[in-house]
Amino acid sequence: MEFALDKSRKEIQKAVREFTRGKFDKETILDLLRSGEFPSQTWEKAAELGFFGIHFPEACDGGGMGLLDYVLAAEQMCKQDSAAGIALMLAGFGAECLFRFETGPPADKYLPLVAAGKMRAAAAFFEHSPGYELSGIQTAAAQNGDAWILNGTKAYVPNGTSAGFYVVLCKTGTDADTAKNNLSLIVVDAGSQGITATPAGPSLGGNLIDFAHVTFENVRVPAENRIGKTGAGGRLAQCFIDECRIQIAAMALGTAQGACDRAVSYVKQRSQFGKKLLDFQVTRHKLADMAARIDAARWTVYSAAAAFDANRCDAKTAAQAKLTATSAAMAAADEAVQLLGGYGYMTEYEIEHFYRDAKTLEIIMGPPAALKDVIAGGLTGRQR
Amino acid sequence: MEILQYTDQHREFRQRMRRFLQEEILPHVEQWEKDRITPKWAWKKLGRQGFLCTAVKPEYGGMGGDFLYSVIAAEEMARTNHTGLASSLHSDVVVPYIEAFGSEAQKKKYLPGCVSGDIITAVAMTEPDAGSDLAGMTSTAEQGNGEIVLNGSKTFISNGINSDLVIVAAKEAGVSDPYRAVSLFLVEDGTPGFKRGRHLEKMGFHSQDTAELFFTNCRIPEENRLGEPGAGFGMLMEKLQQERLVTAIGAQAAAEMMVELTTDFCKQTKDHHGKPLAKHQACQFALVEMTTEVKLGRTFLDKLIAEHAGSEQVVVETSMAKYWITDLAKRTAQRCMDLYGDYGFFEACPIARGFRDVRVMSIFAGTNEIMKNIAAKFMGL
Repeated sequence: MEFALDKSRKEIQKAVREFTRGKFDKETILDLLRSGEFPSQTWEKAAELGFFGIHFPEACDGGGMGLLDYVLAAEQMCKQDSAAGIALMLAGFGAECLFRFETGPPADKYLPLVAAGKMRAAAAFFEHSPGYELSGIQTAAAQNGDAWILNGTKAYVPNGTSAGFYVVLCKTGTDADTAKNNLSLIVVDAGSQGITATPAGPSLGGNLIDFAHVTFENVRVPAENRIGKTGAGGRLAQCFIDECRIQIAAMALGTAQGACDRAVSYVKQRSQFGKKLLDFQVTRHKLADMAARIDAARWTVYSAAAAFDANRCDAKTAAQAKLTATSAAMAAADEAVQLLGGYGYMTEYEIEHFYRDAKTLEIIMGPPAALKDVIAGGLTGRQR
Repeated sequence: MEILQYTDQHREFRQRMRRFLQEEILPHVEQWEKDRITPKWAWKKLGRQGFLCTAVKPEYGGMGGDFLYSVIAAEEMARTNHTGLASSLHSDVVVPYIEAFGSEAQKKKYLPGCVSGDIITAVAMTEPDAGSDLAGMTSTAEQGNGEIVLNGSKTFISNGINSDLVIVAAKEAGVSDPYRAVSLFLVEDGTPGFKRGRHLEKMGFHSQDTAELFFTNCRIPEENRLGEPGAGFGMLMEKLQQERLVTAIGAQAAAEMMVELTTDFCKQTKDHHGKPLAKHQACQFALVEMTTEVKLGRTFLDKLIAEHAGSEQVVVETSMAKYWITDLAKRTAQRCMDLYGDYGFFEACPIARGFRDVRVMSIFAGTNEIMKNIAAKFMGL
């Protein structure tokens, strides 16, 4: 077996690279970062070209490809720019649930819009409680005739104010049930009565995404909006979390590579003490460390995505991909800031937001300790 | 056993400053962070209360305090988790050049205003192509007809917008040896030919103004020369020990503050089983490790402060402390953020600002790579 991407995948990489080079030029990005605006038009264009929605089924206007293809696209986008790449590739956050799991009418209603880059989505799983376990969910849906009545608050939801719909993880069983069978996933239209999305305020990174706390107050949701079986939500949410962790790992990989590439080009042109920074041994070793860690992460992420596409991905594999890639991204962005010196700290030189974005990727959807709990659980067969 | 012998007067000064910052400064910090600058009235208020330039002698309006007052002021300011009132830079980095090398007339003219906060100072060394490599600066000074003409551009200048008085490093025209060419000059706000460039956008230090400065045929009177012609490098080298020590003090206080905040957070915040985060073993170890590192930094630093206050030459140790403690602050911010999780990466959480602010400490006042170069040289390597 050869560890290489086939020709068609290399073409995807190349096409996304060329697209982002045109769209994510420095001035555009700096303007976006100043305004904090989501790049809607670029997103729509990315969807039109098939880069966004690459892993959605063809039946709902997606690319019909796998998570590995998504990973390649996300990596290239974040390599060109971390903030824009993260925002674009997370714009459909949670929409995967509608095609990975059995979903009725909402799939037909929403997925083509997401695949076309016209409607954003938001998985609303976690609440105001630290940790990434699903057993503490308080948001609840009660069955009332042919509808669910939803109540509760979800915290720090990405695309929280802009999503067209939410994929809500909620209790549908009694408290006595375990997390394994008392949770369900339901699709809630963002236009429903009783929803309040409160912006979570400025964030350290991921600055083109709107994070919000979303409160559902007696929100009426059609019964047909359930994803999978009632009570299967915990297991399905976990599957999505695994997929999402691989996605974030891909973004981290691109962020790391983008930081490394910028550092390399800077040290080649910058001279101090009569020689290029590149000619200092420690500079070269710093770059070497970056490269070694990024390449190690790359194959960890690619193989996790390939395993996911082959239905062989478990929580441990996904958590490892995220842990490895985000820590490589943090290290690379940190060292890139240092190599650029004062310029590294300045907004104009971009690296500073790669550094903030790398940390954001390391935290969202499971900070290191939560990932290590999952990995150890997978190793020992004892989930905590 | 305390390494530093703080007196009751020191302790009273610390309490007074802490209370003042709590009551008069902290309520405005959010706004200043948004404004990307701190208003001059805040500097004046700080000065009127006696918290600026504590070392300046009474005949120039100061209190003639020992170095421990500077340490206290730096630490208390760092604990406010904002950087707009760069009072340590002003009091303990820039103004000491005037105190040490200024003529009697210069001292009389400027020091009282520096103490009262009416004069905010900056020092302009770094240039677009001369950062770590100061000898590579290209700004020039030409003397003739009783005046000096300055030309050149400077960048990353802290207090660049607010400064009323800037100490500018430039090379004497016609002197080829870079180490004998650099002189220092005092340039006042409003001098024709002195223009402020862009107010630079940056990762952190949002309430502080960092700017480019341009000097185009900027004419200053001869009496604005600070120290002897060509002695600039020596003066810079002499004062950099204190600058680097003060940087380490700020970083140390920031690291201590972040560990305290995070420890409190982990004690008070419960997971959904009702168990405090601080009861999880990995969290405990992380907090123990961070606290240990911070204590190691504190011990090293306090010893250096004592030696520096005793006028000892501690160039190597100061370089080591600057590199190790600023990296400590950076590492601590990164690890604290992991413990905060989602809470930490929103700006409403103080760790987010700390994370952005401390990152530059490994870079300014001489990058940590330069610190290692200096240490290597002095270690005979």
